[in-house]
Amino acid sequence: MLVVLTVIAIVAAGVLASVNAVTAPQIEKINADNLAAGIKAVMGSDDIQVADPQEVDAFTVYGICDKDGNALGKAVVTTENGFGGPLKVLVGFSTEGDILGYTVLEHAETPGLGAKAGEWFQDKIIGMNPGKNNFTVSKDGGEVDAITASTITSRAFLKAIQNAYDKVAAAPDAASGATKQAGEKAPCDGKNGCCKAENSAGCDGDCHCEKEVTACDIETPEVIE
Amino acid sequence: MNNLKVLVNGIIKENPTFVLLLGMCPTLGTTSSAFNGMSMGLATMCVLILSNFIIALIKNLIPDAVRIPSYIVVIASLVTVLQMVIKAYAPEVDKSLGLFIPLIVVNCIILGRAESFAAKNGAIASIFDGIGIGLGFTIALTCLGAVRELLGTGAIFGVTLWGETYGMLMFVLAPGAFLVLAYLIVLFNKYIKKA
Amino acid sequence: MANKLVVSLSPHVHSGDSIQKNMYWVCIALVPALLCSFISFGVGAIITTAISVAACVFFEWAINKFMLKNPKCTVTDGSAVLTGILLAFNMPSNIQPWIIIVGALFAIGVVKMTFGGLGCNLFNPALAGRAFLLISFPVDMTTWPVPGQGFGTYLDAETGATPLAIMKTAFKSGDASVLDQLPSFQSMLLGNTGGCLGEVCAAALILGFIILLWKKVITWHIPVSILATVAVFSGLLNLANPVYANPLAELMSGGLLLGAIFMATDYVTSPMSKNGQLVYGVAIGFLTVIIRTYGAYPEGMSFAILIMNAFVPLINNKFKPKRFGEVPAKK
Repeated sequence: MLVVLTVIAIVAAGVLASVNAVTAPQIEKINADNLAAGIKAVMGSDDIQVADPQEVDAFTVYGICDKDGNALGKAVVTTENGFGGPLKVLVGFSTEGDILGYTVLEHAETPGLGAKAGEWFQDKIIGMNPGKNNFTVSKDGGEVDAITASTITSRAFLKAIQNAYDKVAAAPDAASGATKQAGEKAPCDGKNGCCKAENSAGCDGDCHCEKEVTACDIETPEVIE
Repeated sequence: MNNLKVLVNGIIKENPTFVLLLGMCPTLGTTSSAFNGMSMGLATMCVLILSNFIIALIKNLIPDAVRIPSYIVVIASLVTVLQMVIKAYAPEVDKSLGLFIPLIVVNCIILGRAESFAAKNGAIASIFDGIGIGLGFTIALTCLGAVRELLGTGAIFGVTLWGETYGMLMFVLAPGAFLVLAYLIVLFNKYIKKA
Repeated sequence: MANKLVVSLSPHVHSGDSIQKNMYWVCIALVPALLCSFISFGVGAIITTAISVAACVFFEWAINKFMLKNPKCTVTDGSAVLTGILLAFNMPSNIQPWIIIVGALFAIGVVKMTFGGLGCNLFNPALAGRAFLLISFPVDMTTWPVPGQGFGTYLDAETGATPLAIMKTAFKSGDASVLDQLPSFQSMLLGNTGGCLGEVCAAALILGFIILLWKKVITWHIPVSILATVAVFSGLLNLANPVYANPLAELMSGGLLLGAIFMATDYVTSPMSKNGQLVYGVAIGFLTVIIRTYGAYPEGMSFAILIMNAFVPLINNKFKPKRFGEVPAKK
């Protein structure tokens, strides 16, 4: 009895392991592709490099630069409770904090109502700046028209972006931990472009940055075609 | 009982959705469109055929006392394999069915057929039973999904029939699933089961 | 069973009561509210009501004739006409005609005839039709016309917020000053405010209530217990925190009066005994305030009545009417 069950379990585990070995890289590739496509879409540009993600509080932040290493802004994954469940949004900010684009990654909103958030705000909030515009629905005195009959979803959506802006886009240092002014001193922790590693030339534990350091100077920005 | 009879039996006389009323969770949860319903039906059918086949093959090796755990291990492994394959090669299906794929494990149709058919019949007959019941389930879910999609969004398999602005939300949401299922069972009893 | 009934000696006196008579008195009691609605919202109110009544009667006739093949057609009992009027009263007056027809099909076809017609339906057909439309067409069902735009107004009406929406905003934002936007009590009494076409004029609805009581079509138990519960409960909330509207505004806004007087008292879907009716009314009032205050929708009356409809068999089971001549069993 015990033997039979054990044998069945072992065979099953073997099958699962081998299928997993085949499918895991493919699944990973799909996830990476989705993320890359999402980031390109929200940044409104195809020629970008993406730095390794950083966790800032509850947000996942990707520093974005163009091919030459000039900072374009940040893409932030932000979550807020919507009408039906968590509403997860990927939003792109320019270096000034203007919204470049967004895409809804996950939601449980009502189909036909709150679920329209993916398209509804595209022509409404892009170009706005949560720091300068009154980033609430018009019902609450703001500048954004809520989705018809879905005020709760709209409020949650705008709050998610506002939170991302407050925590990340408006506070560049918090985002990458790397942005130093030119000429400023930075520690040799390998995070800053001027001091890539502790033993690199010119690093005396109190190194000197010669140019403005951005998130893009992080050692190996992943290049997305 | 010949194999063809077993197959037809699964579609009409023992239709899992309209007659046995088994597997109601995916039936109501995944049928917001015809495509979703069909994907769910086909996914379940794959698991059902394989689990019926495997269980019919190994049924003589399994002691009676541990047969349910053994069946569940077989079914759960098949479902996990299916989930990984869908994730890797059909991401669109994964996106729309998501959580419901792993839930096939606890779909009582599969364990029910293992216990009531595969454990008593040969491997070939079990395959036909899997195809029959699976087709019955797929047809039912596709019908349900098609009616809901048509009434709810005015489209079938994503093809819009009348105007983009049309929408009757009730049928996209859960109450619509219950209503449409009830009326489909009425029609099935009146016109198909009787014949 | 039939041969066990003992028929006593004649003479028997017919009370003169019939389904038709009751149904038509309810319709008559609704006429003042319809007139008020015409004054507030213009011809759209009349068109909507006419389409709704015609569609309800047609579907009842067609289902009887072609699907049930019922030799005795039930259209003449007036219940379909009443369902049609009540369904229209639960819609904004600027709604598209085809939505009204879909609602009528759902109310008559699904909620009433599927269960076997008048007397067998679990839920109030007009309310279930409204709930179906509200869930299916949330945008159309919640864009309310502003009153007083002239008598020719129909689909082109300008829209605005209802008193209930204002209350909800006040509560959600925690800002009691929002409540200052509420229309005056006089406007609410006379129907000079936004809302469903039949629910706005409190005075006409109360007049209808008096007609129904006078003709003994309904008793006071259900309406009064609903209204009293809402008044007490919302009064307590208002005392605790002024962001909750005052109880008089709660009573006169939304479908509360219409629901309490005309919908909750539907014979088929309300409890039979007086005590049962009181329990039913109190529960509806309580649920209404809960949904209005904490729910996703601004209006809770229709959902509260539908929820309690489902409990009616249980209430009937618990509160049985006292049999004539019955003596309480000694303990």
